[in-house]
Amino acid sequence: MLVKQISVFLENKSGRLAEVSRVLGRNNINISALSIADTTDFGILRLIVNNPGLAEKVLAENGFAVGLTDVIAVAIEDRPGGLCDTLNVLESANIDIEYMYAFVGKSENEAMVIIRVEDPEKAARLLIENNIKVLPSENVYSL
Amino acid sequence: MRYWNPTYECMTREEMRRIQSDRLVETVNRVYHNVPFYRDKMQKAGIEPADIRSVDDLHKLPFTYKDDLRDNYPFGLFASPLSEIVRVHASSGTTGRQTVVGYTRRDIDVWAEVMARTLTCAEADRESLIQVAYGYGLFTGGLGVHYGAERIGALVIPISGGNTKRQIQIMKDFGTTILACTPSYALHMAEVMEEMGIDKSELKLKAGVFGAEPWSENMRKEIEEKFGIMAIDIYGLSEVIGPGVATECPCRCGLHIQEDHFIPEIIDPETGETLPPGKPGELVFTTVTKEGLPLIRYRTRDISSLNYDKCECGRTTVRMSKVTGRTDDMLIIRGVNVFPSQIESVLLENGETAPHYLLIVDRVGRLDTLEIWVEMTKNMFSDKIKNIEDVERKIRNEVETTLGIGCKVKLVEPKTIERSEGKAKRIIDRRKLHE
Repeated sequence: MLVKQISVFLENKSGRLAEVSRVLGRNNINISALSIADTTDFGILRLIVNNPGLAEKVLAENGFAVGLTDVIAVAIEDRPGGLCDTLNVLESANIDIEYMYAFVGKSENEAMVIIRVEDPEKAARLLIENNIKVLPSENVYSL
Repeated sequence: MRYWNPTYECMTREEMRRIQSDRLVETVNRVYHNVPFYRDKMQKAGIEPADIRSVDDLHKLPFTYKDDLRDNYPFGLFASPLSEIVRVHASSGTTGRQTVVGYTRRDIDVWAEVMARTLTCAEADRESLIQVAYGYGLFTGGLGVHYGAERIGALVIPISGGNTKRQIQIMKDFGTTILACTPSYALHMAEVMEEMGIDKSELKLKAGVFGAEPWSENMRKEIEEKFGIMAIDIYGLSEVIGPGVATECPCRCGLHIQEDHFIPEIIDPETGETLPPGKPGELVFTTVTKEGLPLIRYRTRDISSLNYDKCECGRTTVRMSKVTGRTDDMLIIRGVNVFPSQIESVLLENGETAPHYLLIVDRVGRLDTLEIWVEMTKNMFSDKIKNIEDVERKIRNEVETTLGIGCKVKLVEPKTIERSEGKAKRIIDRRKLHE
């Protein structure tokens, strides 16, 4: 149910992001979603890929500091207030969102949102109980 | 030319050797009988006090190292009972442990004497107003200059370091004639003075005694120009006594060592052999009047050379050249001794077994900056910005607590700090101090 997200430490200097994509491309790893959080000196690249285990291995081999984190992927109806339904559930249970990012999925009327919380198991269960469409990891990897 | 104590500062070489020899014999006897560390060391080297009859025998004695002070922390090398010690000072050691130095009443007296000689070289007298902008406290700078200035009978302004605008206001309002601080701080003051719209013509400043860190001839020129003064280089280290070990005279052609108190040698740092005058090597001091913490052949790690020719100023004391470097990797940043190993120990405490780091020392404006690059590791990494910033902050706080100076910590990607075979390159010093 939970999705493995790859995170990579990047210094703020040119060519680093390109290097990550080169390494992944060479190993036939497909990126389905990404987000970057940055500060003045460094950034953290967060990726959803089709083979997170292999991605972690090859990036580490190429000298990157890499981490694997469990996140929740949610499919949200592509309409006004769609995101709000999901966030309401988390808010009413006092679950803080560390960060989230959205990407357009391949199905027509849905958007995908990746959500990072402290206890993803619990949050995912709660979302399912409240009829939110939590995507199984294999569906996300094959996007 | 003014001297403070011409008897000693201008005596013949023969007289000086005789005084040094007498005092050396006395000191060797003292440490042999009062300090187990020295007795053991001499016995291991097969030397007895009776073997040392003059300065010609100095080379027979074993060396003393900073580590010895550290290993005998805090008072183990004191040659006087604590009831005789009236003051301690301390400086940072290689592993963060301080080295402690103790002074008897007579040591404080000797210190005031050599600092009086030093300040007289900057043409200080009873009429002078001396602003002491070295830090007061465990650091020897502030109190060392203070006592020398009082000995002369000058007016002392014990303002200590920092609060630059106030320093300049006081300098102008009181009519300070001599400034004592680190050379980089002097340049910083000059800049702030400009910002405040105060011109050097509004000051009564005539001279400055600057030390506690290496500085270049270019810096001297700049200080002299910006304040319209004569800038004198002074040398000292807390282990030997503090400031006052050696000073330039107005001729500014080498630093006169107060050698009736501190006998210098230049040695080859590899072989330990004594080198002839003029040859650069490691500066070694033997104190021959100190009671609290006498030091026998103390390895300063500073690189210099000696010149025994009589100086144009009339002083006959030996002159050491401006220190041109170190035999170890010690850095002096804003007057504070910094060893890379201190920073390494902080990183080790943060759970890294073989930390890769690089220290970048620079001078931005007039002040030294320290930036520490640390390679990101799996332990430190997180997908959350906040966690990584916490790691940076934690390292920074611990380094600042250990060193007592501010720094910036920058995390870099793994394997981006250059690896070298043998001794790792840990330091990039961009300050250009020896040009």
